[in-house]
Amino acid sequence: MLDADFFRRWMTTAAASVDREADRLTALDSAIGDADHGSNLQRGFRAVTAALEKEAPDTPGAVLTLAGRQLISTVGGASGPLYGTLLRRTGKALGDAAEVGGEQLAEALRAGVDGVMKLGGAAPGDKTMIDALVPAVEALGSGFAAARAAAEEGAVATTPLQARKGRASYLGERSIGHQDPGATSSALLIAALADTAEADGE
Amino acid sequence: MRMLINVPETVVADALRGLAAAYPDLNVDVENRVIVRRDAPVAGQVGLVSGGGSGHEPLHGGFVGPGMLSAACPGEVFTSPVPDQMARAAAAVDSGAGVLFVVKNYTGDVLNFDMAAELAEDEGIQVAKVLVNDDVAVTDSLYTAGRRGTGATLFVEKIAGAAAAEGQPLERVEAIGRQVNDNSRSFGVALSACTTPAKGSPTFDLPDGELELGIGIHGEPGRERRPMMTSGEIADFAVNAILEDMPPRGPVLVLVNGMGATPLLELYGFNAEVQRVLRERGVAVARTLVGNYVTSLDMAGASVTLCQADEELLRLWDAPVKTPALRWGM
Repeated sequence: MLDADFFRRWMTTAAASVDREADRLTALDSAIGDADHGSNLQRGFRAVTAALEKEAPDTPGAVLTLAGRQLISTVGGASGPLYGTLLRRTGKALGDAAEVGGEQLAEALRAGVDGVMKLGGAAPGDKTMIDALVPAVEALGSGFAAARAAAEEGAVATTPLQARKGRASYLGERSIGHQDPGATSSALLIAALADTAEADGE
Repeated sequence: MRMLINVPETVVADALRGLAAAYPDLNVDVENRVIVRRDAPVAGQVGLVSGGGSGHEPLHGGFVGPGMLSAACPGEVFTSPVPDQMARAAAAVDSGAGVLFVVKNYTGDVLNFDMAAELAEDEGIQVAKVLVNDDVAVTDSLYTAGRRGTGATLFVEKIAGAAAAEGQPLERVEAIGRQVNDNSRSFGVALSACTTPAKGSPTFDLPDGELELGIGIHGEPGRERRPMMTSGEIADFAVNAILEDMPPRGPVLVLVNGMGATPLLELYGFNAEVQRVLRERGVAVARTLVGNYVTSLDMAGASVTLCQADEELLRLWDAPVKTPALRWGM
């Protein structure tokens, strides 16, 4: 079973990997966007870490809801509302249970991803974060490692796609041949989840 | 890349402190990133709130003041502001007559302003929205994020701001803002990429002797790259792209806008070419504005915006305005 502490560690692990990968995210974003994805997520996840430390929410749902709210209030751009909605919706779907199982998490994450698709209007294949998140949620039933692999594969598979949502879509065909920064950061978030679970021996 | 900054992290806050020091008519909340005209809320007037990523100065903060915006919310460089900023701005400027959000059509701006509208409505503030999407370089289809908001933002903010200053009701101010947007088109070119403080190197690689056609205002590459063209050739290309999309009927407002690093000497010369093309195409010009208004950091290049203006819009364009960047009649 996964408790509030697990979810807190997921968020701090995600913050650390965003810190580590910020330059790469920004580099990907400069090819087809506006060169700020890394620094924006860095600012957001630092705020998440600080808020979790200060408020110490005591259920998995409350951890993710607080994290999502912080992202909405600090990131800006499209990523703020989209990542914020992902975590907030997932957190809300987890309810106020003190511990949740893997299946419950998979179901909640699906609700979160649905929220992102509704808000951003993106579908799989549009070259967005959805291309990493949807396969990850589908694979989560087979375990955390499978979800990490599926997300990573989904992110890499955005390279030959033409963007149909977000700022990269303005480039038309020139967006082809570049890995999507949002799908890449989504894969980082899922990898952080798998890392947290593996550190726990889940 | 050398920049006149301290550290990239404080670029926006530093600019806000400097803006506050230069313009005592503005109430600049550096911590919460909201710029409000000092006399807000103005009784009986609709509040006009805009915002967007920083890096486009003087847009939007330089357009706050009587006759234009009531408040502006600057985000990080090229990143839309967060909902909390616009909700705070709406609360500061609402006199009870409601608030109009002027939103450039970018996914991030739209999402954050929509969330802000919900927050403001929860506080009992009536909110309407005008979406600016004037950039003809983007193919408008179901499969893109739609056309970008660029130079027409200035026309919308000035003209809707004048309507608000006259005490027109929210539905009217909104309708006028929409009319301006619907009748405006823009096209931009880049002669160099721009450099964001966070990245420190150009956002795209543009070799010597080439230019980008159909750029936006965020340092994103354009639709097409070509060998360098003359000012006259660029004017032909830009104006024709606009007129193809919006066949001329009646006189137009013209904005010849610098992207940030192109000298006024070149912009004035470019304007002469733009006016020539319009003359050749039989389009009458009602008013012209030349300068750096909707910029993209240190990008070199220019954009052209045309707005078909009826007598009412022209009257509102000529109405007094007193902001850091646009000031006439008062």
